[in-house]
Amino acid sequence: MNDNLKIADKSFSSRLLIGSSMYPNQQVMLDSITASGAEIVTVAIRRINLQGQHLSVQQLLTQRNLTLLPNTAGCYTAEDAVFTAELAREALQTNWVKLEIIGDRETLLPDAVELIRAAETLVKKGFVVLPYCSDDPVACQRLVDAGCAAVMPLGSPIGSGQGILNLYNLDIIRARISLPIILDAGLGTASDAAIAMEHGCDGILLNTAIAKSNNPVLMASAMRHGMIAGREAYLAGRIAKKTHAEASSPVGGIATKTNKS
Amino acid sequence: MTRKSIHIIGGGVAGLGLAWRLAQAGRRAIVFDKGAIGRSASWAAAGMLAAVIEAEPGEDALIPFVLESQSMWPEFAKELQAYTGLDVGYRETGTLFVAAERDDEGLLKQRFDFLKARSLPVEWLERSELRKREPYFSPRVTHGFYSAGDHQVDNRALVDALHAACKKAGVELHANADVSEIKISNGQATHIVINDGIIAVENLVLAAGAWSGSIKGVPLEALPPVFPMKGQLVAMQMDVYQPLLKHVVWTPQIYMVPRSDGRLIVGATLEDKGFDASLTAGGILHLLRKTWEALPGMEELPLLETWAGFRPTSRDDAPILGESAIKNLSFMTGQHRHGILMTPLLAAAMSEYIIKGKLPEIAAPFTMQRFK
Repeated sequence: MNDNLKIADKSFSSRLLIGSSMYPNQQVMLDSITASGAEIVTVAIRRINLQGQHLSVQQLLTQRNLTLLPNTAGCYTAEDAVFTAELAREALQTNWVKLEIIGDRETLLPDAVELIRAAETLVKKGFVVLPYCSDDPVACQRLVDAGCAAVMPLGSPIGSGQGILNLYNLDIIRARISLPIILDAGLGTASDAAIAMEHGCDGILLNTAIAKSNNPVLMASAMRHGMIAGREAYLAGRIAKKTHAEASSPVGGIATKTNKS
Repeated sequence: MTRKSIHIIGGGVAGLGLAWRLAQAGRRAIVFDKGAIGRSASWAAAGMLAAVIEAEPGEDALIPFVLESQSMWPEFAKELQAYTGLDVGYRETGTLFVAAERDDEGLLKQRFDFLKARSLPVEWLERSELRKREPYFSPRVTHGFYSAGDHQVDNRALVDALHAACKKAGVELHANADVSEIKISNGQATHIVINDGIIAVENLVLAAGAWSGSIKGVPLEALPPVFPMKGQLVAMQMDVYQPLLKHVVWTPQIYMVPRSDGRLIVGATLEDKGFDASLTAGGILHLLRKTWEALPGMEELPLLETWAGFRPTSRDDAPILGESAIKNLSFMTGQHRHGILMTPLLAAAMSEYIIKGKLPEIAAPFTMQRFK
């Protein structure tokens, strides 16, 4: 079955995107990426060494034919994020950017106002913009209107592992937005990945839940399976929930003892 | 073969430890350091001998190696002191791992379970017990566990002692001798280029720390996958007679190491920034804020020093030892955060390799072979 994830003009066979920070070491990171099946790997442009020398993270990832998606983690204003995106375009030779603008240091929640401003500017400058945003259907719609190529609503705060806190909002976003929805941030374990996909997300982005697990490679594999299970369930269509039981064996035609006459 | 001289690139604790052992075995060892002897990662480190508390996911293969080196430390410190008359500040303080805020408690429990699952000796402590051991902890420090076998050494005293031991044993030491290139011909290292000169080599060891992965002359595919992982640290001065801290203490974000002379060393950031050695306001802010959250009394302490160094980090955080694709070039690098802890075992294993041509069993998994 061809069920590719399509974003802008590109198509990916995996619906799982993965981050590249906080692993115990580079080898575990590389093995986790392989186990997750991800083809897109996000890199924090402000935290990596952009000199691109032998053995740098970017070299290790591109050698393995992975698509690098730079993000603007650490930015607090639109100007800052636009500058960082331009830096990333130059360093990584890509016009794709995961736009991340934080509005609050404690919760690391996105700043919707700055995000929309930055998205408008970046789209004009020719970027393919994937904004990390709150699970607010209105904000998501405004980002779509600004010309973003997808929306990336959070499940819960970054790194919190709390899963998806507002499925109601997620369902509204899905019902209203036809662009790809990538659930980003807050997933904690494999069932969270499945739930996101069951609710119609086109993909999920994971980092902490894998990198900080006691066995990142195994968790990466678990997330991949959770993602696939959820996607297939979504495509298959779940049954309606009912109040009362319905026997799974047919009642009619049950063999009964008959009296021989 | 037996009287060949051994040229060692790098005068950190690894290169010095090896040179000392080789000289003791009657070999001619020659050490080159690009700056003053032992002033890179060996000097920048905090000196923790934390085989247990630093065990990380995906690094189980390393555990027996670091535990073995840890067990060698008491004897190694004694031997070095007897040989040089210098004290290396080996202290059996044990190490505490504590939660300094509510969100840390989950991390602490996960860490404890991870270590327990590997049968590593850690003991859960309740708040009252923690306060008894470290009365200056913030009331926010609620839970912790204790690792009784993770101690510390004064790494700068160790550099000085190994330096003295090498001199006494007849090692030829060359400071400010920057080896910029290894000349290779027919798969054999023939010369090294030092400053403006060039000298012939017979048996060469690359122990150049974070610089090992980028030395000129070795083909890219033969270089060890080692890169610099920057760490920033800060030191404060405690009252020697009433120190704020007695044990080595870890939180999920920082570690604090109290020395017997009252210095309190706090580290360290983990930054993949190439060889940019600058101290940053954010780095120091992070260290001081996290110290303050666990140990508010630090507000009164004089600041002594801030510095940064480069861990020689390999792709899997484990050392890279022994053979290379170049016949007479061997590797002694990739110690990551364990360079001080590994000093006794690295010196023993690599001197055995140089003399007998084979690494001991315990070091055998840590060659370039694993990256093939």
